[in-house]
Amino acid sequence: MSWTKKILRVNLTEGTCAEEPLNMEWAEKYIGQRGLATKYLVEETDPKVDPLSPENKMIMATGPLTGTTAATGGRYSVITKGPLTGAIACSNSGGFFGAELKNAGWDMIILEGKSPKPVYLSIENDKAQLVDAGDLWGKSVWDTEDLIKEARGDSNIRVAAIGKAGENLALFAGIINDKDRAAGRSGVGAVMGSKNLKAVAVRGTLGVSVADPMKFLAAANAGKKVLAENAVTGEGLPTYGTQVLMNVINEVGALPSHNGGAVQFDGASKIGGEAMHEERATDGKKNLVSNHACFGCPISCGRVSQLDRTHFTVEGTDKYSEPSGGLEYEAAWALGAATDVDDLEALTYVNFLCNEEGMDPISLGSTIAAAMELYEAGKITDAETGGLALKFGSAEALVKAAQMTAAGEGIGKDIGLGSKRLCEKYGSPDASMSVKGQEFPAYDPRGIQGMGLTYATSNRGACHLRSYTVASEILGIPEKTDPLTTDGKAGLVKAFQDATAVYDSAGICIFTSFAWTLDDVTPQIDADLEGEWTSDRLLEAGERIWNLERQYNIAAGFTGKDDTLPKRILKDAAKTGPAEGKTSGLDVMLPEYYQLRGWNADGVPSSETLSRLGV
Amino acid sequence: MKIRIKLYATLGKYLPKGAARNETEIEVADGASPADVIRGLGMPAELCHLVLVDGNYVAPSERDATPLKEGESLAIWPPVAGG
Repeated sequence: MSWTKKILRVNLTEGTCAEEPLNMEWAEKYIGQRGLATKYLVEETDPKVDPLSPENKMIMATGPLTGTTAATGGRYSVITKGPLTGAIACSNSGGFFGAELKNAGWDMIILEGKSPKPVYLSIENDKAQLVDAGDLWGKSVWDTEDLIKEARGDSNIRVAAIGKAGENLALFAGIINDKDRAAGRSGVGAVMGSKNLKAVAVRGTLGVSVADPMKFLAAANAGKKVLAENAVTGEGLPTYGTQVLMNVINEVGALPSHNGGAVQFDGASKIGGEAMHEERATDGKKNLVSNHACFGCPISCGRVSQLDRTHFTVEGTDKYSEPSGGLEYEAAWALGAATDVDDLEALTYVNFLCNEEGMDPISLGSTIAAAMELYEAGKITDAETGGLALKFGSAEALVKAAQMTAAGEGIGKDIGLGSKRLCEKYGSPDASMSVKGQEFPAYDPRGIQGMGLTYATSNRGACHLRSYTVASEILGIPEKTDPLTTDGKAGLVKAFQDATAVYDSAGICIFTSFAWTLDDVTPQIDADLEGEWTSDRLLEAGERIWNLERQYNIAAGFTGKDDTLPKRILKDAAKTGPAEGKTSGLDVMLPEYYQLRGWNADGVPSSETLSRLGV
Repeated sequence: MKIRIKLYATLGKYLPKGAARNETEIEVADGASPADVIRGLGMPAELCHLVLVDGNYVAPSERDATPLKEGESLAIWPPVAGG
């Protein structure tokens, strides 16, 4: 089986690295990665812990398919209590780091305490040690990776690191691996920074075995065939990436712009996937250089972009002269549509900066949009911005604000708090487009009703990756539903949430679900692991994981009252598009959702539900 | 009558000359349906996965029976996804 059955426990306070056995009883119930690491966090920490204190723990966890030849089997997750939300945080990343960790012989790393000085964790197969990182502190993610590889004389090392944003404890700082893949959301990078841990550098050469190699090979190949023959995963995503959605979501009237003040953006076509394919008037080159794949991924949706050397962001410098990780849809939306900025090059530059210094572009863009609203309303003044005219539509303001946030300077320090705290500080709490403190992503709940329930009930704060009902409501996957009705959405959201928890715990990418059903995943896990694994068993585990996360949040102090949306979404009707006149019907969907979940009217799982699931 | 045609992703190659940012205005027969326009532009029907008229979804079974009106926007995508 692919489990190495080994955990690396790192006590940063004591400076120790110790091996211990993986709890296989828990692995049987919680699959791996997101589910299993959540179980460890629940058992080992107080849910009321200060997220940035040494008492919080941070877990980097692989799934059973991580490092195998299963398509997209390179994922890992970072699980901790999130400083942006105070809720359970679980940020999932691709690239090559997760597979390298499994190849080094580790299923999971548990990081606890706080180092008295900056360090990085070096892992070379079974040898793990903490290394002084005094010379790396203050360096970017990119420089950190290069310096570690140079110092250790091995260009094959995989590095996950924080940049200045994580060091400065920006509450939406992320962890970046392989220079442009991110465990981006909920501030997991700030937790890493609070522990004085600059990076984790891994080299693994031990290989990954599975329980039944021939059966596994057949199942993995069958899965790859499905992905190759599917129009979305075989052609759409490789060619246009996630950015193909920009014009779709704008057309259906669900593209939040002007900080949620509108549901369509005039500049959408200038910043979407098609625009990245167009030759620029200035240099005749395209923004998009190529696509890029993570470990074991035949989809290859990642974008590689190059900046226009005449653009104001880089003019006169040689910085960012090499192609790098380009815009994904969520980033382009947050940095662009939310702020009314339609300058593709400026968005690309800020996206590079997010990768370079470790920031979540969704929360960054949304928080800058909130700051723009506060500036135009006179709540934030030139005194706070240092004279920066923080106006909607200003690419210069977006770029400068992003730079200041990465550096933790001036108004950037306030933006680094996230939109909830920023808007509370300046007396306009309703200007924060967030749920449980986390900024919501690129789908307006007035135009896609299921996403309102998704955001309101997501265990890590507003998020599209916990139940992507857009697939059904807009894209017709697996079947088309009406985005403007609340009917059936409670069941749809629950189904997506439980199934997604399986994908996130298995070590594979959720994008496979555009082509796969659980019945494509199950044979791969069944051949990989010991025992019998069925789709029903996996789905029940997904529901168990969802309820465990819910229980953690309740113990942390959240209640059903936190399952809500910004007042703007609940009270102010959409002004244009198919959703014109509509608000979110959350009040209709939420009680039905609680009932389907087996929770009481306050959103608390009943003892019967917890008993049935064995939570 | 005139309608606005918008073709995205790999369907962009079927846009009439003069289109900018994946859209342009075209002349169609009064009462033409989305299916009529799709045929007129030589697009394979099976590639026209997401068909929207003024942002509202038109199911495959309705594409022949939904007359377009002057000034409406017909936007079409092949199977796509993201997130």
